Amino acid sequence: MSEEYKDNKIEAKSADSSSGGYAPPAEHIPAKEAPEQELYHAKSFWTKWVFSQDAKVIGVQYALTATAIGLIGLVLSWGMRLQLGFPETFSFLGPATYYQSVTMHGMIMVIYLLTALFLGGFGNYLIPLMVGARDMVFPYVNMVSYWMFLAAVLVLIASFFVPGGPTGAGWTLYPPQAILPGTPGSEYGIVLMLVSLAMFIIGFTMGGLNYVITVLQARTRGMTLMRMPLTVWGIFTATVLALLAFPALFVAAIMMTLDSMLGTSFFMPDIFTMGEKLKTGGGSPILFQHLFWFFGHPEVYIVALPAFGIVSDLISVHARKNIFGYRMMVWAIVIIGALSFIVWAHHMYVSGMNPYFGFFFATTTLIIAVPTAIKVYNWVLTLWRGNIHLTIPMLFSLGFIVTFVNGGITGLFLGNVIIDIPLSDTYFVVAHFHMVMGIAPLMVVFGAIYHWYPLITGRHLNQTLGKIHFWVTFLGAYAIYFPMHYLGFIGVPRRYFEMYDSPYMTSGVGLNQFITVAALIVGFTQILFLYNIFSSVFKGEKSERNPWKANSLEWHTPDYPPTHGNFGKELPVVYRWPYDFSVPGSDKEYIPQNVPPSQVPTAKVEIT
Amino acid sequence: MSQFDISKLPQGPKGFVHDLGSDQRVFKGVPWGKAMMWIFLLSDTFIFSCFLISLMTARASTVVPWPNASEVFGLTVFGTPVPLLLIAIMTFVLITSSGTMAIAVKFGYEKRRKLCAWFLVATALGGLTFVGMQAFEWSKLIFHDGVRPWYNPFGAHQFGSFFFMVTGFHGTHVSIGVIFLLIFARKTFRGDFDTGRKGYFTSMKSNYEAIEILGLYWHFVDLVWVFIFAFFYLW
Repeated sequence: MSEEYKDNKIEAKSADSSSGGYAPPAEHIPAKEAPEQELYHAKSFWTKWVFSQDAKVIGVQYALTATAIGLIGLVLSWGMRLQLGFPETFSFLGPATYYQSVTMHGMIMVIYLLTALFLGGFGNYLIPLMVGARDMVFPYVNMVSYWMFLAAVLVLIASFFVPGGPTGAGWTLYPPQAILPGTPGSEYGIVLMLVSLAMFIIGFTMGGLNYVITVLQARTRGMTLMRMPLTVWGIFTATVLALLAFPALFVAAIMMTLDSMLGTSFFMPDIFTMGEKLKTGGGSPILFQHLFWFFGHPEVYIVALPAFGIVSDLISVHARKNIFGYRMMVWAIVIIGALSFIVWAHHMYVSGMNPYFGFFFATTTLIIAVPTAIKVYNWVLTLWRGNIHLTIPMLFSLGFIVTFVNGGITGLFLGNVIIDIPLSDTYFVVAHFHMVMGIAPLMVVFGAIYHWYPLITGRHLNQTLGKIHFWVTFLGAYAIYFPMHYLGFIGVPRRYFEMYDSPYMTSGVGLNQFITVAALIVGFTQILFLYNIFSSVFKGEKSERNPWKANSLEWHTPDYPPTHGNFGKELPVVYRWPYDFSVPGSDKEYIPQNVPPSQVPTAKVEIT
Repeated sequence: MSQFDISKLPQGPKGFVHDLGSDQRVFKGVPWGKAMMWIFLLSDTFIFSCFLISLMTARASTVVPWPNASEVFGLTVFGTPVPLLLIAIMTFVLITSSGTMAIAVKFGYEKRRKLCAWFLVATALGGLTFVGMQAFEWSKLIFHDGVRPWYNPFGAHQFGSFFFMVTGFHGTHVSIGVIFLLIFARKTFRGDFDTGRKGYFTSMKSNYEAIEILGLYWHFVDLVWVFIFAFFYLW
């Protein structure tokens, strides 16, 4: 904080610098700027737990729905792996079903699981609690947002049951093949997919406006933007990205629906099939790719930024040390978010666009490595000489750092046009994006669930099952994806139903079988984890209040677990950032955000 | 504890930095709903931008000549062809309704209930006229000229596709606006905004701020029309 800030008349914080510069500032509580939030008080079971307007309940609803559809995505991946590893033994998957599995697995995991879980699930539960609000600013809209999401999920599931089945166009849904005969689900499946996406976007926008305005306009007294936990920064920035990136997908979805149902030619070039020219023609398939990836690349960071934020908090709490370079971390999140809008065409190096475009987009892509590397260094420096508790959230956080670095480094390969071209559409790409935006964010999701489960249920998850879950998932992920990098290098193309006896494949047969076995083991471990989640609600070890000794507001509510209205009679006042761990001079090991300086007179804290 | 006084905040760039660095609110004195509408409109701007950029791409890349808009959208009045006549009237009506909306907001904050409500009705009528004329234009193109979303007799097929899609999307925005204008006019006549009657769905207290928020939406829809007008009819 600058000297000028301290002298500011409005925020009159006089620091007594005569006694060595560490004296706590005079206690100053800013005036309330707005009256208390008007809350809707549910009376019946239905309005309390089903059509709930309480952000905490909505968050749990989002998380459960996302997990349920994610489970379908997981099962689809098993089918694919069985086919790839043992094509003769398991022949239940035909080529069409294989493509449909690829498509639905990708779309479900990226959008309906990760986006919904991070923003809808963690966002709803944590934002109001962490910024000191009673609820989201528009509880009713927030409720509609969840039901819209559920409807989108149901439409997506419905596409499994229409004639022709779900779309098999690959998760990028590139036209014209997505809507031409020959691609599975080109009649009804693709339309349901596009409708479901549009519904998801409408529902998300309702929720997203809530998250953004709650962070901007509904913080409690003393909660400045630079005192917010990094979790909130990550989710907030990701939501802003989503509000600006989803429109491109929305427009693309509308245009492709029209192409499919009305026979317009937005994306349809002149095409001959069976010796006859199709009626459609004159459109641009590349336009779709630009629209899709203008959404698609920010989408990567919509998933990654909340993970960055959450993992920062987990590392800080479980290493009992303040986060290294908090401001740098915030700016890195914001800069990554901004840059993510000008890198999209690095997904299109082989689409035939102008090579100078490739040069531009490769440059911007590699620039993103700078703020990202800053974040990784800061996580490591936070751990440096920290009092590291190897709790399960910490294990997953460490797993995240390693995995993210791995995935990031292969990203440097693919970001360069000249290296990308031979690697494009091989298993190297599959390995890269699963590492960096599949496994890495999932590590954070798991860590976060072990961390905040006691807050939600008042009980701990089973620790033994948790340790098994971590080690199998972590080592298993490497068993699955490291060999895939190699497969990519020897030239195995992705999205192939069967490799037959092609020369580059014969050496990869054993590897493919190994990957399949590893994937099945990791997959079943997730079932174990789900069992842990459901059984611990009743049988878990009771957790005392604030079991991890964290500083942020969600652990310091009058009721534990927090109840409707979050903070009882009086909203908390915030005096510091959430990272005052092991403060020199203080007799307390940690100082929660709502502890006034007068209660910790000896603490030599920086003014945040 | 001191009382919060918005007038004592610093002004200019210093004020911007102060507000960003302060607690509680970034936009001082701005109600939640208003901030929400601004962010939503930003998101909506991206939707319309994507539509219009796609239109530009299609127009730049099509090999078939693009139809001449002033001929396609011309009307023949008393035997004389007048280019863009209907569109000019439509645009005039919509921009005028933006004016009546602004007046409604002003009367709302002055708590002149009846006047506010009547101007809301006038705005809704302007919107309805606009949608009505759009329906007339659509039916002329479809039934008289034989334009279809997938085909048009004047040239590139994408012309019809984009025309129906973009004006249809904008028309939907106007129609939603008209519905809310009528609902809000009824609420104003009933005095909901004076008594703070609770909303039917949200069960939150009503407030005249709501009219300004609806006004933001309405002005946005009008502004977007100016761009659509420029790209479809003038280019």
